[in-house]
Amino acid sequence: MPLHDQSLTEEGLAPTGQGRVLLIACGALAREILDLKALNGWTHLDLTCLPAKYHLYPEKITLSVRETVTKHRARYDQIFVVYADCGTGGLLQKACAELGVEMVSGPHCYSFFEGNDRFAAQSETEITTFYLTDFLVRQFDAFVVKPMGLDRHPELRDMYFGNYEKLVYQAQTDDPGLTRKAQDCAAFLGLTFERRFTGYGDLATTLAKL
Amino acid sequence: MSDEDEIILSELDDEELVQQMFDDLYDGLKEEIEEAVNILLERGWQPYDILTKALVGGMTIVGHDFRDGILFVPEVLLAANAMKGGMAILKPLLAETGAPRVGKMVIGTVKGDIHDIGKNLVGMMMEGAGFEVVDLGINNAVEKYMEALETEAPDILGMSALLTTTMPYMKVVIDTMVEQGVRDDYIVLVGGAPLNEEFGKAIGADAYCRDAAVAVETAKEWVGRKHNQKSA
Repeated sequence: MPLHDQSLTEEGLAPTGQGRVLLIACGALAREILDLKALNGWTHLDLTCLPAKYHLYPEKITLSVRETVTKHRARYDQIFVVYADCGTGGLLQKACAELGVEMVSGPHCYSFFEGNDRFAAQSETEITTFYLTDFLVRQFDAFVVKPMGLDRHPELRDMYFGNYEKLVYQAQTDDPGLTRKAQDCAAFLGLTFERRFTGYGDLATTLAKL
Repeated sequence: MSDEDEIILSELDDEELVQQMFDDLYDGLKEEIEEAVNILLERGWQPYDILTKALVGGMTIVGHDFRDGILFVPEVLLAANAMKGGMAILKPLLAETGAPRVGKMVIGTVKGDIHDIGKNLVGMMMEGAGFEVVDLGINNAVEKYMEALETEAPDILGMSALLTTTMPYMKVVIDTMVEQGVRDDYIVLVGGAPLNEEFGKAIGADAYCRDAAVAVETAKEWVGRKHNQKSA
């Protein structure tokens, strides 16, 4: 079934009902997880995604993960939550512990794509860096331009990004079209540009253990 | 809007003008706010009254609608920018006219964090509420906070963080205050998107403030309590 970024952003993705382990993930990770699943033949993994737009409202993530675990837990042997902390301030970790399910380590997807250890090691020198992943480059308008009102009020740009210096595009795949778009995003925000190929980082190693 | 419908601010009476300022703040119209502030000054209004009755009054409505999910961050920023325009006119006059001072706050974003939108909003609303605000800016190490506490002697220390990775640094600052035996000399307020009340309690802050309006109310309440303790 083809994936549409817009529906991953707004609605998420329903599980197929195939497999004994259910992954509950952010819609922003759907393509990457399905690519890894196909690449590695992980037929035991099923995937359901919550709307990627929750990225903008982290308080909705914890609540929705709770509901989704409760809804599906009888059907699967194991449930794994493919979110990092993602702005929940530890509340998602606490909810997962209460529900008896595990989740991805780290603060957010920018960190686990790069590798949590490496990301933490360079965090002090990269505090003025703004990160985009493949998904966020494709959905730049939906996640950055529109919610920040930059389409209606471009004069707000420097209030949001005035302290940033660089945009790092963490590329999960080699896609020249996406790289060009990421460069345009950097120019739009008035930031210098760096492309950094990360592949799937800790996402791949974490899912491989399930 | 046609020319016939255009509102001439100077033709409005005081009550209508203040009401129009509420609307213009809500719509983020900086030039209109500056014009209205100047009109009220010309009419003999005290700077402190313009600040509290018109600007803070208007921003309070913006704050409530933000809290209730009617307005979003871009609209709040535009409103704040408009208020800033009015404040820039009033600030030197407030100093001259000896407006009442409620208390003093040192505020800054913690080490490793460059996000200052929330902090700036809090700072502005605190100033509007009569607090003197010393803004340390972004990416502040514990030494910077401690130095400011010593030199500025504020009533309140405010710390802000937007990142899950940087918010634990607030505990580093509070622990240092405890080690140096000065924790109870200050009211410590914390805020930022990933924080919550539980986190505020766990790190030993006095209160977590969900937004700028809550920060102002909390600050007033705690400063009042502190003054009462002193006079008791």
